[in-house]
Order: sequence, then C-alpha cells, then structure tokens
Amino acid sequence: MTNLSVNHLLGIKDLTTEDIQLIFQTADHFKDVINRPIKKVPSLRDITIANIFFENSTRTKLSFELAEKRLSADVVNFSSSNSSVKKGETLLDTVNNILSMKVDMVVMRHSSPGAAHFLSRNIEANIVNAGDGTHEHPTQALLDTYSIREKITDLQGKKVAIIGDILHSRVALSNIYALKKLGAEVMVCGPATLIPKYIGDLGVKISWDIKEALEWCDVANMLRIQLERQQLKYFPSLREYSLYYGLNKKLLDSLQKEIIVMHPGPINRGVEISSDVADSDQSIILNQVENGVAIRMAVLYLLAQKRQN
Amino acid sequence: MEKRLILDTDLLQITINRLVEELIENHKDFENTVLIGLQPRGVFLAHRIQKRLKERLNKELPLGLLDTTFYRDDFRRRETPIKANATKIPFIIEDKKVVLIDDVLFTGRTVRAALDAMIAFGRPKLVELLTFIDRKYTRDLPIQPDYVGRGVNTIKTQKVLVEWTDQGAESDKIWLVTNEEK
Repeated sequence: MTNLSVNHLLGIKDLTTEDIQLIFQTADHFKDVINRPIKKVPSLRDITIANIFFENSTRTKLSFELAEKRLSADVVNFSSSNSSVKKGETLLDTVNNILSMKVDMVVMRHSSPGAAHFLSRNIEANIVNAGDGTHEHPTQALLDTYSIREKITDLQGKKVAIIGDILHSRVALSNIYALKKLGAEVMVCGPATLIPKYIGDLGVKISWDIKEALEWCDVANMLRIQLERQQLKYFPSLREYSLYYGLNKKLLDSLQKEIIVMHPGPINRGVEISSDVADSDQSIILNQVENGVAIRMAVLYLLAQKRQN
Repeated sequence: MEKRLILDTDLLQITINRLVEELIENHKDFENTVLIGLQPRGVFLAHRIQKRLKERLNKELPLGLLDTTFYRDDFRRRETPIKANATKIPFIIEDKKVVLIDDVLFTGRTVRAALDAMIAFGRPKLVELLTFIDRKYTRDLPIQPDYVGRGVNTIKTQKVLVEWTDQGAESDKIWLVTNEEK
C-alpha cells in the first residue's frame, strides 16, 4: 500500500491498520531525514499549510510547524487569542477567509469535539486534527504507538495501561483506538470520577488501582491531570491524587519487571509522575517528542500525496 | 507485449568488468572516491561494481544507498505514488569524489533528484554518473552519464527491464519491452 485511505486525518477511528502501518513506515524514513546534516526535503514546496489553533498549545504547534518546514511547505500561523474570533467571527468564516488566501492544508486545534469533522465537510483543503476538545488527538496517538513500537518492535499482544484523567483526555481515546487496531490490550486506570461510564464498551479493561495496572502492563502511559478542566472537584486534592495515582520511583521499583513509561506532556512533575521517573531510563518521553516531528511529516506528506494536482 | 533481449548474462558481466576498468583508469587507487547506488534498482548494479572493484583492487570501497523519493519533482503528478526506500550513507561525502550508480538513465529526473538528495549529506568535490543502460534521445533534462554500459535507442512507450539474480531472477538479463499499441 502506498496511499492512505482517507483524505483528512480527523481521528484514529477512521484509519485502517494498513494506514497506520504506512504512516509508520513513512515516518521511519523521515526520522532518518531529520537526523541528517540538512534536515529538510523539498517534497511539499508547492503546498501552503495553515496552523489554526483555537486552543493553547506549545509542543503540538511547534512539532507541526517544524514538520511542515522540514517538508519545505509554506506555513501560516493563526491563534484565536489575538484574532477576529474575539470579535464574534464564526469558525467557518475564519477558515474560509484563510482558505481564500489559497491554503492547501489546515492543521486545526479546537476546544469543541467534532470541529475538524465539521470543517472537512465544508471546505476543500485537507484537514489534520491537532486535537478537538476531549474527542481525538490522532497524531499524538500515532507518535505514542510509534514510540512504543520502536522500543518493543511489535504491539501485538502487548499490554498498555493508560493512567490518569481519562474523562477529559483526547489522547486516551485516540490511543485506545490506535492500540486496539495494532493488536495491543488496553487498560485504563484512574479515580472513578475521571473514568467515563461506558469506556468498557471500547473493549478496554478498567482499574481503579494503579498498582494493579502497573503489574499488569508492559507500558504505562501517564496522562496529565488537566488542571484547566478541573472546575468541578473530581478528587479531593492534588496531594491525594499524587498519593493514590502518581507514579514514583518506589512504586516503579516495587514491580517484578521493567516497564516503559510514557507521558504525552506537558508534565505536572510531582503530580502524575515524579521527576526521577520522568527522567529515568525507563521513560521514553523525549523519544515521543522527537518521533512527533517524524510522524507529523509522514501524515502531511501522505495527505498531500492524496491531493489532485 | 514484445520482449527483446539487450544483454545476456555473459555480456552483462563483460560490461560490468569494462565499466570497472574505466573507473580504475579515472580514479586510480580510489583514495578519495565513494560509490552511491540509487534506490531502488541502481543498488543491485552498485553492489556488483563494488564486488568487481574489490576483486581487481583488493579493497572494499565505501558504498552508500540513496533514495530520491522525497526530492522528486513529480510528487503528486504521478498516477501511482512511489514508496520511499532506505537511505544509508554511512560515510562523509564532503570533499569526496562520488560515483552515482543507476541501472537505467531515461528522463534524467531521478538523477536530478539524486543530486539534490546528495547535497543534504555535504558538498562533494566531484560527482560522476555511471549508468548501465543509457536510453538515448529520451532526456527531459540536460543530464549525461560519464560511464555507459550500453546505449540503446528507445521510444517513450518502451521499457527497459533489468533482471538480477540478487532480486530472485533466474539469471542476470536486460530486456527491452515494447507494449502493444492500443
């Protein structure tokens, strides 16, 4: 297979296993490119990409921008905080205005679930979802699974625990889809208040005990406590959360085996993960960041390939 | 479809030997020279050239593999997308004499992309092009080889098919394939 089955990357749910494998194979080549003396290829030199971020983001935005520039695309950036959205402009109007400037692809982050779907139905450009509310964050799931695969070769039959705020996490949902498609077993773990009621329907195991989850898994993906979405009290205090669901060196050393530790970032050090674990040999957090650029290059390249000239 | 044999196994080996002698004439002891085979099909020829040079000089020359996929100027313009291959250049090409090796030279676009791709690894002192089959009068770009195995007159609709035992073929052979006119 040399082509994706989709024209937009809206979520992992829409991708086939072959699509994911193709993205991984292409990312392997781009990983090679970004480790060369000249880290740039001219593939997308006739493509203009708009990064439209209606929500704050540091690493995803940087990672996409770097991926686009390394493919030689022209890049325009837009963030809602200093734009006409503040004056009451609709999403469609904003994006249509940007597209009138002849933009070919749009990378969008938005706080509303389904925003990327809505856009893909209304405009011509290829859409890459860089996170839509609590729904999906496909490139993060791709880079997470790619990083695990890099460490343990094949995901088939491997056990991955996603631990933390599952309720508010788009990373969790995309990860569950990606891991299941690649043949891994998934467990979610967190306080009962942060685990969605029907998540078991996705075919994942559920645990409320971090020790049980860690003993079961080969890989622990620690999610961030989304402090900005905690207006309601989901747990008594950060200290208590850290005590019951935080991953620290003592807990890690008490296991009979060596597991891989991941975190999609940004880390609340000392809350969901302690500093010594985040910086340990078992952690692949920085590999995830490096792989993010290669994965995003692969996604943009393969979607551009689908464009009719 | 009509298939005409251009080079059989013996002639193919003689041609490789002759190309190697030409290289030796120009590069003497190959002190500052490296070989780069173009992915995917030039790699087989590059390995043969390297092997023959080792037999002649008792010295293993550095051989790199270069993929041009991301540097092509026909991205999104082809009917079928090309799949990328590995690039492995485990040596510095800065200030080296580079011999680019490909099996068939047709429009010259792959070689143009290869020159672009190679520059990402440094600035060579000199670049030469060795091609096994030179399809004459079919160039889109002003690119000519320095070493040619065999020049062949072809028309655009014809195809040169190179079969290597390394790839699973019964024997090394080169064919000219003419598709029936529709």
